Amino acid sequence: MTANGHLTRRGFMGASVALTALLASGASVLAQDGTNLTIAYNIPVQSWDPTTGPAAVNPVLQSIYLAVFDRYIAQAPDLSFGPGLLTDWGFSADQSKITMTVRDGVKWHNGAALTPEDIVWSLERAANPETGNPMQFVWSKIGNFTVESNVITADVLDFEPALFKWMAFLTAFVLPKAYYEELGAEGFEKAPIGTGPYMVDAFEQGAYVRLKAFPDYWGDAPAFETVTIKFVTDAASRVAEVESGNSDVTVNIPYEEYDRLIAKDGLSGVAVPITDIGMIFLNDTGPMLDKNVRLAAHHAIDKQLIIDRLLRGYGVPLSTLEAPGYAAYDESIVVTYDPERSKELLAASGYSTDNPVKFTIQTTRGLKPKDYEMVQAIVGMWRKVGIEAEIEVYEIAKHYELRATDQLAPAAFYNWGNSIGDPSTATGFSMFGPSPHAVWDTEDLVNRIAPLFVERDEAARIQGYKDVSRYIAEEGYVIPLLQYVMPVVFSNTVSVTPYTSGDLLPQAITPAT
Amino acid sequence: MLLKTVLTRLATTLVTLFGVAVVVFTLVRVAPGNPIAMMLPPGATEEDIANLTRLYGFDKSLPEQFAIWLSGVVQGDFGTSITLRQPVMELVLGRLPATLELSIMALVIAVTLGGLVAVIGARKRGTGTEVGLDLTNGAVLSVPDFLWGLIFVLLFGVLWPVLSISGRVDPRLDIDFTSNFYVIEGLLRGRFDVVGSTLSHMLMPAMSLALPLAAMIAQLLKQSLKEVLHLDYTTLARVRGFSETAVILREALRNAALPTLTLVGVQFTFLIGGTVIVERIFAYEGLGNMAIDAVINRDLPLIQGIVILFAALFIVINLLVDLSYTLLNPRLRHG
Repeated sequence: MTANGHLTRRGFMGASVALTALLASGASVLAQDGTNLTIAYNIPVQSWDPTTGPAAVNPVLQSIYLAVFDRYIAQAPDLSFGPGLLTDWGFSADQSKITMTVRDGVKWHNGAALTPEDIVWSLERAANPETGNPMQFVWSKIGNFTVESNVITADVLDFEPALFKWMAFLTAFVLPKAYYEELGAEGFEKAPIGTGPYMVDAFEQGAYVRLKAFPDYWGDAPAFETVTIKFVTDAASRVAEVESGNSDVTVNIPYEEYDRLIAKDGLSGVAVPITDIGMIFLNDTGPMLDKNVRLAAHHAIDKQLIIDRLLRGYGVPLSTLEAPGYAAYDESIVVTYDPERSKELLAASGYSTDNPVKFTIQTTRGLKPKDYEMVQAIVGMWRKVGIEAEIEVYEIAKHYELRATDQLAPAAFYNWGNSIGDPSTATGFSMFGPSPHAVWDTEDLVNRIAPLFVERDEAARIQGYKDVSRYIAEEGYVIPLLQYVMPVVFSNTVSVTPYTSGDLLPQAITPAT
Repeated sequence: MLLKTVLTRLATTLVTLFGVAVVVFTLVRVAPGNPIAMMLPPGATEEDIANLTRLYGFDKSLPEQFAIWLSGVVQGDFGTSITLRQPVMELVLGRLPATLELSIMALVIAVTLGGLVAVIGARKRGTGTEVGLDLTNGAVLSVPDFLWGLIFVLLFGVLWPVLSISGRVDPRLDIDFTSNFYVIEGLLRGRFDVVGSTLSHMLMPAMSLALPLAAMIAQLLKQSLKEVLHLDYTTLARVRGFSETAVILREALRNAALPTLTLVGVQFTFLIGGTVIVERIFAYEGLGNMAIDAVINRDLPLIQGIVILFAALFIVINLLVDLSYTLLNPRLRHG
């Protein structure tokens, strides 16, 4: 600057250099250096109470919750169950009681010891409708807890065959009784603690969470001392994060980008089928009351072609709502791609390409990979056999509302997650008429599924669901499409263990060997 | 005169905000998709649905819900976010500084860049340089802000990774500030690491927001400059020996700036609105990003809080622009 306050060329250059240096100081690359790991994640943590509110039932947030909190029962990458905070569990012989053994030597992040009272309090709180636990209907099926040493006993108030699988599912997290009661809900949101492998070190709502390894964790120590999870909701930005080296790992990016990135030096990827399936709900209304139309609609879809052309081969075609790896998966149930059969079925009901059956199909656009494009392709396939479907695009919130009030169109695209792989949480609730999530409500199906919700013989229950799946396929009550594949891209400096449940656990990421 | 204008505007502001409150409260409730349906568990019974509906207060009639909400609002309580489970006012006020800092930085860039181009264009009027600048302006204007965002991510985030792609600040920094104005408080506290990191994170989203506005400013200001450069007083300045650049900067700019000031004021509110998409692209933790999440999750109390705050912000900015216009324009000041 000159004495009269005018900017000189030299002054301008100096200021520019200083500004550049200032900006450069803030643009440091974050990626891992052996002790630090950075993940670009697709959904921000909304709440730090993993047992109440909408966030508690968001499947994508479970990965982060699982880094900080522990569930009653743990789940392995292949969906199998194992000891979590409970080391032993089971029904009594007459299934009127349950017993649970609490793990010894577990500490909360504040140093206090985990007690059986924490477990009981968490279960009772979950069962209390006033706390807003969305899965209260499950937790209220047990009560009258008693504690002796580290063994908890409870009465079965209403038999739930999948109770212990639910203990590894949504909202099944243990929270610290004394700490929570001392701080209250708002205080806990600001300073959450769990028993998990990582402690919350810093949290910026909507931006990032920084986790620090918990030195007193009861399980294997996590590989990275610090994990930064950046919430990057835009897929293109997540791609840029990992491509630029700002993040070590990212997830749920377009398959085209996945293929492009893993071909680059320095990046690798894993893409495994997960417990999330794409499907078309059929509503028992209008043309869908005609079995020929339903079956024709199913036989006319070339699922493998959709997977190959739209999803670049990342997907597994399905004929039932039970995917491979689920307890009631039956590979013998197959609904083939057979457009000629579709034409015959439609002809039997008086429809043809000249006189097509008409209905609306609803879909989201961009919620799941290529959802709208898949429906477009399906509508094209239907047109060739004599089905003229009009596409209606809506937001997922509208889908939930229409589904809960049974007002969906005759066909509606949706994805159904089921990370415990139990048939009750797949075929059961999605096809059982009285459930707010079911769309097909006919009595025949209700009568077949209802007894399975209380079936005490596990083998009979699983076989029962297989039979129901076969019946649904024969009647064409729903059109399962495919099992999704979750793409994870990461730097060659790390190694990622994928989970079939779709979880991306920071504690399952290690330095590459 | 000025005081009367301010008082009148403040009175109408309250009426406007009440109108906004009524409209937004009604709209978010009649729009498709309700938050209860989004959190229903698979096995929910009618009783479960009724419980959740009652828990979140949606069992009451719309006027009753509005009355309850309004009585809270007048006491400063905008309710609790359904998804974030924290007081709405605390959440939106926590995010406001981020959006304000971003918007102000974008505005500064837009005014600086636009002003510079306008001055150069006016100085080089009638030459190939002016044509080139006009063509560039047109090209810049034809690209929307979010697309600029993606272009910048590709250029400065991936191909030449010198700037941070996402977030507002380096997560490794420990920030124990009392406010969320990271740049201002960082400067006051001498935390230049925080200031540098924040500016580094803000530069690309701010540039994305600023470029279209800069092009508009450049066009309008250049046109205004060209008009006043034909007037007698600028000719007199040249006769007095001023260089053409000095004539523009010292004599013409002040008078030519008034229409641009109006544009900047109006566009600043649009610029804040534009942060919604740009913040999303850059995972910038501002109000816009929060607004999108609130809409997706049908977080009705949060949507209401954000819209009311945006409305209040727009009104205040427009008021300030009107006042500054009055102060700068003698005819209005004495009229």
